[in-house]
Amino acid sequence: MTSTLPTETMTGGSPATPAAPARRRRRHYPIKVQVGAGITLFFILIAIFGPELAPHSAAWVANTTNGTPQPPSGSNWLGTDNTQHDLYSALLLGARSTLLISFVAGAFATVLSVAMGVTSGYVGGVTDEVMSIITNIFLALPGLLILMVILKPLPPGDQNNSLVIGFVVALSSWAYGARALRAQTLTLRDQDYVVSARVIGERKRRIVIYEILPNLLPIVAASFIFTVIYGMGVYVALCYLGVVSPASGSWGTLLQTAQASGAIEANQWWWYLPPALCIALVGIGLALLNFGIDEIINPRIRSSRSKRRDVKFQLGLTPVVRPATSTVVEGEQL
Amino acid sequence: MTDSVTPPAGTAPTVVHGPKREGTPALEARGLTKHFPVGRGKVVHAVEEISIALPEATVTAVVGESGSGKSTLARLLTGLIKPTSGELLLDGKPVGTSAKALRAYTSDVHLVLQDPFSSLNSAHSVGYHIERPLKLHSDVRGAELDAKVVELLDRVSLSPGAEFAAKYPHELSGGQRQRVAIARGLAVRPRVLLADEPVSMLDVSIRLGVLNLFDGLREDERLAILYVTHDIASARYLADTIVVMYAGQVVESGPAEQITDAPQHPYTQLLLSAAPDPARDQAPELRGSGSPPSLVNPPSGCRFHPRCPFAMAVCKEQAPPSLPVGTDQVAACWLHSPEHKAEADAVSAQI
Repeated sequence: MTSTLPTETMTGGSPATPAAPARRRRRHYPIKVQVGAGITLFFILIAIFGPELAPHSAAWVANTTNGTPQPPSGSNWLGTDNTQHDLYSALLLGARSTLLISFVAGAFATVLSVAMGVTSGYVGGVTDEVMSIITNIFLALPGLLILMVILKPLPPGDQNNSLVIGFVVALSSWAYGARALRAQTLTLRDQDYVVSARVIGERKRRIVIYEILPNLLPIVAASFIFTVIYGMGVYVALCYLGVVSPASGSWGTLLQTAQASGAIEANQWWWYLPPALCIALVGIGLALLNFGIDEIINPRIRSSRSKRRDVKFQLGLTPVVRPATSTVVEGEQL
Repeated sequence: MTDSVTPPAGTAPTVVHGPKREGTPALEARGLTKHFPVGRGKVVHAVEEISIALPEATVTAVVGESGSGKSTLARLLTGLIKPTSGELLLDGKPVGTSAKALRAYTSDVHLVLQDPFSSLNSAHSVGYHIERPLKLHSDVRGAELDAKVVELLDRVSLSPGAEFAAKYPHELSGGQRQRVAIARGLAVRPRVLLADEPVSMLDVSIRLGVLNLFDGLREDERLAILYVTHDIASARYLADTIVVMYAGQVVESGPAEQITDAPQHPYTQLLLSAAPDPARDQAPELRGSGSPPSLVNPPSGCRFHPRCPFAMAVCKEQAPPSLPVGTDQVAACWLHSPEHKAEADAVSAQI
């Protein structure tokens, strides 16, 4: 209160309680986000605990004599395939590799797209030219074909390594995010707060990480979820084509064996429908979650949800610019 | 100023604008020129050959309309953009070009930007914004750092400082944000504060508070302040010296009261006649018309001649030198040249 100047800015007599963990109201997310998060969480739990929940192991067979797939029954909830493996167990077991590789691919692709997009957007010049060309090449390449070429010669050990497969899948899916991030970085680069950071002598790396990146988070998060969905599609396609065949099985592998054994023609829906539905559901769950990301991450909305109620918000209350009508500041009038 | 009387034709005299004080100015620019390339070999002549000295404890106002190069001049002085030619001297010593020298320079010269709504990062708290320059340019840490942040916020009349430090920019009004931006500038104890239209985005009711803050800083911190504005009335209120820019060049400079009371350059007269005055009862009679020229192909001779009501033959051919027109006041206009006095009188008589 040592102000020596007239000031328009006095908040009420509220005591100085900085960052008090005051009454937090329950957050109310839109129903879309709640549903999306629920579905996603459900499948993540299945991926984690699936092997424990599965009634039978991957090697288990109902009997060794029957060559016909059995429809769902009390003992085999989702029936069996032509070699009498329990399909319900296979579905639970396959969740882990499918989700793990989708998320690993999403993570790698996001790191790659942030590194490429933000660097080329902020640095500009020749670096930008070169990086943009690389990005465009990856954008234009037919991803699946390239992946098949890369994956085929890999040693069998690597073909079962989720990190390796995830990274390879990421190679085909980072470019889109990099383009979007580069474009947004270009606009943020000239924002006044970046200029101000340069004026006080911040280093380039610090500006990128602390000034620009936090404002890119909604896009980064959205592109992460997008690449997880995309990565799952790619991985399922690779399994379906038989390019990779993980030992633990995956939803794509289930589809592949069902297709190879003519399950669709024989109308054995319990074989191909559940994995297909699971893939679609995970995709829908993540997509719904994506809608809510911006709202959760945007600092304005975030703090208006969680802070004390007595704070008056100035959302969008921008003073109007009236350049030529200033009538104050004549010495005599003071 | 005496050395610039009757300069030899063709050689532009170096007139240093800005307040006249004894000793070495805190920041001096010599012959700053900035041409922005716009492709096909063309350039925008944003700033041409400007020399300006900012002594400590003074306010220099740079006045001009949009596109006159005043913001570019402020950014040149921060070192944010590299001049095409010319040099900067801090306390009489040339500023180095190494990364280290430039970082040291950033602790002495600070820029406050026009729009307080975009000059603070919405992802960081007010405290963070003030803390960063302290961490970058001093060894203050821990509780001492927090105390310093609160002290700085109190200094710009944001009290209680501790409460403001925990807030986020979107919780503040425009005036409060601009105060945060100024507090951040003061954190590094700069010698020079460059303010690029610091009040033009603020409500009229808040402007005076911010202007008074600058006024206080001039006295208390002995800051050399460059106040860029298009509002000549606020320039008169705050500044010691007014520098009027037109199309990238200084057309007139001198003590604030002299410039506003007795403008000598036709452009300054136009600016003043366009400034609002509540005491005036009918619409102002503008002295001159038209709009600013293209800076890619600036007019020959005096860049103001297409709009100037007093334009003479010589104005189209030769750029006028800065001529003394009063105590510490110079105007770049042929009307004040002794050689063209007769013609100037004739033109003035017609109007």
